[in-house]
Amino acid sequence: MARRARRATLLARKRRQGGDLLISRNLSSVIATSLATIEDVERRLRERNYIGDRALATSIFLALKLEKPLFIEGEAGVGKTEAAKVMADVLGARLIRLQCYEGIDLAHAVYEWNYPRQLLHIRLLDAGEDRRVAEREIYSPEFLLRRPLLDAIDNDDPTPPVLLIDEIDRSDEEFEAFLLELLSDFQVSIPEIGTIKAKRAPFVVITSNRTREVHDALKRRCLYHWIDYPDLEKEVEIVRARAPEAADGLAREVAALVQSLRGMDLYKVPGVAETLDWARSLAALGATRIDSTLVNATIGAALKYQEDLERVREQVPALVEKARGA
Amino acid sequence: MPEGPDLLPRLGAFARLLHDAGMEAGPRRLTDAARALGYVDIKRHVDFRNALRTVFVSRKDELPVFDAAFDIFWAPPDPRASAGVMPGRSRSLPMSPERAKAWSAALGLNTSQMNREQDPSTVPATSSGYSAEELLRHKDFEQMTWQETEQVRRLLQAAPWRMAERKTRRLRPAANGRIDLRRSARHAIRSSGELMRLFHRRVRVRRRPLVLICDVSGSMERYSRLLMIFAHAIARREDLEAFVFSTRLTRITRLLRYRDLDRSLDSVSKGVHDFSGGTRIGDALSDFNRHWARRVLGHGAVVIIVSDGWDRGDPARLTAELIHLRRSSHRLIWLNPLLGSQGYQPLTRGMAAALPHCDDFLAAHNLQALDDLGRLLAGLNRRTRSR
Repeated sequence: MARRARRATLLARKRRQGGDLLISRNLSSVIATSLATIEDVERRLRERNYIGDRALATSIFLALKLEKPLFIEGEAGVGKTEAAKVMADVLGARLIRLQCYEGIDLAHAVYEWNYPRQLLHIRLLDAGEDRRVAEREIYSPEFLLRRPLLDAIDNDDPTPPVLLIDEIDRSDEEFEAFLLELLSDFQVSIPEIGTIKAKRAPFVVITSNRTREVHDALKRRCLYHWIDYPDLEKEVEIVRARAPEAADGLAREVAALVQSLRGMDLYKVPGVAETLDWARSLAALGATRIDSTLVNATIGAALKYQEDLERVREQVPALVEKARGA
Repeated sequence: MPEGPDLLPRLGAFARLLHDAGMEAGPRRLTDAARALGYVDIKRHVDFRNALRTVFVSRKDELPVFDAAFDIFWAPPDPRASAGVMPGRSRSLPMSPERAKAWSAALGLNTSQMNREQDPSTVPATSSGYSAEELLRHKDFEQMTWQETEQVRRLLQAAPWRMAERKTRRLRPAANGRIDLRRSARHAIRSSGELMRLFHRRVRVRRRPLVLICDVSGSMERYSRLLMIFAHAIARREDLEAFVFSTRLTRITRLLRYRDLDRSLDSVSKGVHDFSGGTRIGDALSDFNRHWARRVLGHGAVVIIVSDGWDRGDPARLTAELIHLRRSSHRLIWLNPLLGSQGYQPLTRGMAAALPHCDDFLAAHNLQALDDLGRLLAGLNRRTRSR
């Protein structure tokens, strides 16, 4: 009985908050109207300065159509997180981001009761008040700290949010097992309140850097996309789109330089994020073309290991020459 | 591209081909694929391929397998084929010979287009392939003698050791330790906000992952069998990643997964192509550092290199790679089978280069020595060296 009453108050609160049923436009209607084909997705990504390839656009498009989570893997700095951000932008949806780390648990990912407030509340009660009523009160949504996953499931947004579960490889197996459950039925139970089920499932993007293999059972529920390093032409395009302060010639030369670095025997080859940093650093120094001195001064933007720096430094003049010819 | 009523059966056959090539292609995937194709223009070859790929693939290693299978199965009619030229299908599928034969017959291919037995997981996409001087020798482990099996079993039963532990970031309830505010507060609410009892929690400990990198070159021939038996035994009870190298590095973790020792040894001997070749420790470690370290050295791994240090490569390179490897692992242990022999001095070029950069330098010539190693692993907490 008590539980049913609690549930009723919760629903009443919600109705007051937004009247979610009135402004319901569900995900598929958004997609049906504005993202009818792969070309649409491609174009929308491009409009937002995200230069993805057709394969990525296809994966995103199908994830939206089939309403399945999208699992994106790739080396560090190829734009995995960015893809989710742009996706939220394209859909006009809110982006809810859960950054994973080792030891992340339900209290950080789903919900937590606000204990200090609860304790305070209960101690301020008058002696005469009914304790049972008080107890019901302190387990109401008012005392609930909503974390990203609960936020994504219990949403009243006009367009369902994009839930980004970032770097899942950093979390541990226990959390993965929990996610598996969450992604299969999009509901969370809070013992004191009841089960909260998503009215409209969020669009889920999971990213991984492959620092460990994520369990197959989780991947099986998702569509998969591997983002590779871009080729020269695409990388030039990315630099032009995202670092417009770099002159055209500079953009091409930096991209060519990074492309040849990727072919070298390095501990950590630079990603696209490094290319952008590098182009921006050079532009900030007022450069319009690269030369050995400039490259030596700014190479830290691209290479992050001492051994790699040493190995590359000897070859800088040759690399610069090659890049200028590209 | 086939259309209409033809498409679904063809899709089902394609899923079976993927399955035979070692990929997951169950009913759920097949349903998703069929649904996905309803949304894309299947006349566009690229979209057709991309849509199937995003549904069926779930690991990077599967991408080449998928692409090969796709090319073989859905190949568009090649104009050159009519002119007597075989269409260019350079990639091959990992599949057992009987399966490959059956598929080639079904698809009307000649056998060279499908491939012989080869596990994709054992050949990292980045491996440079065969070099001219590499000795391509398959080494077959004979059936293990009863005596050996017994010895190993006894060793492992008697072994009281297990891998050293590390603290995780996850907490669990405990009798003492940090105060667990969540539980304490929840309890307090029952007593009108009075903290009657404090609950505690502590970090949970987990065993450290173990990474084994074994030299199986010619000079190590006598020991490689014993080492594989040992690796198999550890893989039964610990979180183990195993690699072997002679001229190039091969990951054998997945080959050791069978419970049956003979079957595991058999899969290793088939999956590793350069048993008893030359030794390039530096190159092998360099390959490891660049392509595997970030994936297998998380969570404070202990790395064990087993080698006699006879190296044909550049000692400077070996040194550089060892320094890097030591920095990215919790502890670096070098096992040398020669250390057990009387009067051995670590004077080979490779060993001399390696010695200053290892945390421990131990013998590994017989089961007793391996048992000593086990005890060391169990007690690994401080970074003290034993040589």
